[in-house]
Amino acid sequence: METIKLTIDNRAVEVPRGTTINKAARLLGIEIPVLCYMELKDMNIENKPAGCRICVVEVDGRRNLAPSCATNCEEGMVVRTHTTRVLNARRTVMEFILSDHPKDCLICAKSGTCELQSMAHKLGIREIPGQEIAAMSTYRLDTSPSIIRDLDKCIMCRRCEMMCNEIQTVGALSAVNRGFMSAVAPAFEQNLEHSTCTYCGQCVAVCPTGALTEVDHTPDVLRALADPSKTVIVQTAPAVRAALGEEFGMEPGTLVTGKMVSALRSLGFDYVFDTDFAADLTIMEEGTELLDRLNRHLSGDKTARLPILTSCCPGWVNFFEYYFPDLKDVPSTAKSPQQMFGAIANTYFADKIGVNRKDLVVVSIMPCLAKKYECQRGEFSTDNNPDVDFSISTRELAAFIKQANIDLNNLEDDDFDSPLGESTGAGVIFGTTGGVIEAAVRTAYELQTGKKLERLDFNELRGLEGVREATIDFDGLPIRIGIAHGLGNARKLLDDVRSGKSQFHAIEVMACPGGCIGGGGQPLHHGNSEIIKARVAAIYAEDKKKPLRKSHENPFIIKLYEEFLGSPNSEKAHHLLHTHYFERKKKIVVKH
Amino acid sequence: MSSIKIELRQEDIEKIREICGSFGKDPQELINVLHKCQEHFGYLPAEVQEVVSNELDVPVAKIYGVVTFYSFFTMTPKGRHPISICMGTACYVRGAEKVLDEFKKELGLQVGQTSKDGKFSLSSLRCVGACGLAPVVLVGDKTYGRVAPDDVRNILKEYE
Ligand code: SF4
Ligand code: SF4
Ligand code: SF4
Ligand code: FES
Repeated sequence: METIKLTIDNRAVEVPRGTTINKAARLLGIEIPVLCYMELKDMNIENKPAGCRICVVEVDGRRNLAPSCATNCEEGMVVRTHTTRVLNARRTVMEFILSDHPKDCLICAKSGTCELQSMAHKLGIREIPGQEIAAMSTYRLDTSPSIIRDLDKCIMCRRCEMMCNEIQTVGALSAVNRGFMSAVAPAFEQNLEHSTCTYCGQCVAVCPTGALTEVDHTPDVLRALADPSKTVIVQTAPAVRAALGEEFGMEPGTLVTGKMVSALRSLGFDYVFDTDFAADLTIMEEGTELLDRLNRHLSGDKTARLPILTSCCPGWVNFFEYYFPDLKDVPSTAKSPQQMFGAIANTYFADKIGVNRKDLVVVSIMPCLAKKYECQRGEFSTDNNPDVDFSISTRELAAFIKQANIDLNNLEDDDFDSPLGESTGAGVIFGTTGGVIEAAVRTAYELQTGKKLERLDFNELRGLEGVREATIDFDGLPIRIGIAHGLGNARKLLDDVRSGKSQFHAIEVMACPGGCIGGGGQPLHHGNSEIIKARVAAIYAEDKKKPLRKSHENPFIIKLYEEFLGSPNSEKAHHLLHTHYFERKKKIVVKH
Repeated sequence: MSSIKIELRQEDIEKIREICGSFGKDPQELINVLHKCQEHFGYLPAEVQEVVSNELDVPVAKIYGVVTFYSFFTMTPKGRHPISICMGTACYVRGAEKVLDEFKKELGLQVGQTSKDGKFSLSSLRCVGACGLAPVVLVGDKTYGRVAPDDVRNILKEYE
């Protein structure tokens, strides 16, 4: 590899050709500040509009300051990162951004985690000249079921646009207008709700400011907890336990399962359950569906469509309803674990404890913003009573715990309640890309072959590669598996399914890069992919620790079928645990 | 959760398809496609952008972004008598801005707007190459030269 020698702040450094000044400086431990720039290393995610100019440096022999995030190193370059000229320019840029930015940090949802706020702090900004004269541009507040857009706080870093267009290929957001009125918005500046937004929340996950935030449902949860006539139960998604600790200063990748259960109990939930239980249930239903389609296909039944696609991610469901409605009979009909949990809680469990579903409040803690929308979908409620009442994100839970003066760090571990809190390692790995299909393989293999699986860790299905494929030997029968995370990667596999090129038997899709551990409701990663990797490792570690690691071995799942559902894919199971999809593609209609 | 519907007349849909087709449905040609559409329809309503989005496979948000970024695209229909004031250097130094202000005042319109009754719309232009006549005003196909603010009322009268 060709390398280049240069000096930065009088220190020599050698880097491969194509390295930016900013990255070269980082190798020397010099952190040149960035604002619009964001990179998730090893995940092919980079935002480089060179727009904000906060990262400028002086390069000897050049008249203009250079944006270090977008300027490549050259042989013999002499770079200075903190001359008076550089520091003044940086301050001017910051003052300019702040002159058109609201000053209500005290009550902003991003306060404390806002990158603009910390940049202002880092640069020591103490006054904003000219703000009395400049009228601030204002925009209409947009509230959708999952996301709030407060564009007064938008700094045009365009990270959200990059996520929505390049990574997710949804294209709901684009830079619009010019000058002070420029913003990132859906077409015709309509509300997100009227766009093709999937509510994956990836725009929220990268927004440096309070311009994009989640709809906060903690006040609703608080109200339900305070109401003595309600029985309030909670389910926690697998990815939450691998990230919640970050909000309390713990190392990324610290598992806080037991402490989280304690905290939820202190908050006053009557039963603390686990979405992992419902994930095991999902495997029973989805796995059975897979085997049914597979065996019918093998016996020559042309109506059995393959590949089967996983359907546990509501962001992904929204995506194919908009973009691949012609393929809507390809995904599994199994509901997501969140909704399976809700359906079982309001029937089987409500009966068990003798509570009417009207008095049962089901709360979910999710790494996900699409789940907020999902639980409001009409098909997931009975007589206007939703199966899942409120869905709050990992971030909202962290804030809720802090508000209640609970010190997560010093809590004793506690266990989930039975029966809807019992799960296997297969349920846990739902939280990461590749996990759902690995869980399905563990069960489908044994059900199909009647043999015991010797090896439970399928390393060939793991990793962060955007599209992965593997063939698993089902005792002589090769099962071809595809995995995609990020909707742009999913689109590639879907295009092949549409054109008939796809050779897979089963495909797992997660809307968020990394899977749910990288979900739109997780603690902010601020462009550090090491955090995401640490969460993945935590998920697999939790799986390894579990005495049972195959969904069909979960005794409480077995009991649920014996006592209530009959068998997987039974009529009752279909009624409660499966769903159907809608065509939501835009239609062009002829006007007469 | 109904799907989004876009209503347009058959001939309009076909015209847009034809325009997109003439550029090989190439997303890179978006700006040229929009120019041609605006030439045909006079403006670029949301429905037209939606059909272009379908044809070129470009998200409609992107298209709207382009339409709002370039000042030569407009989403408001022109009036029956579109008024354009030349803002080229020659016209400008000879007082075109005052003329424009007068039109704004008389019509109660800003540049880019159309009157409620659809009669007049107001826009400014780059040099139209009639500098000898500066300041120049166009109303539809008709050209008015050496226009002074005092003439504005009389010009408008012609269209009553
Ligand atoms: S939630 Fe996802 S699909 Fe919706 S605007 Fe944000 S990135 Fe795009
Ligand atoms: S909404 Fe947020 S992420 Fe998007 S451009 Fe504005 S500040 Fe950046
Ligand atoms: S990958 Fe997980 S967090 Fe992201 S949208 Fe899907 S279910 Fe939600
Ligand atoms: S961080 Fe380099 S230009 Fe914004």
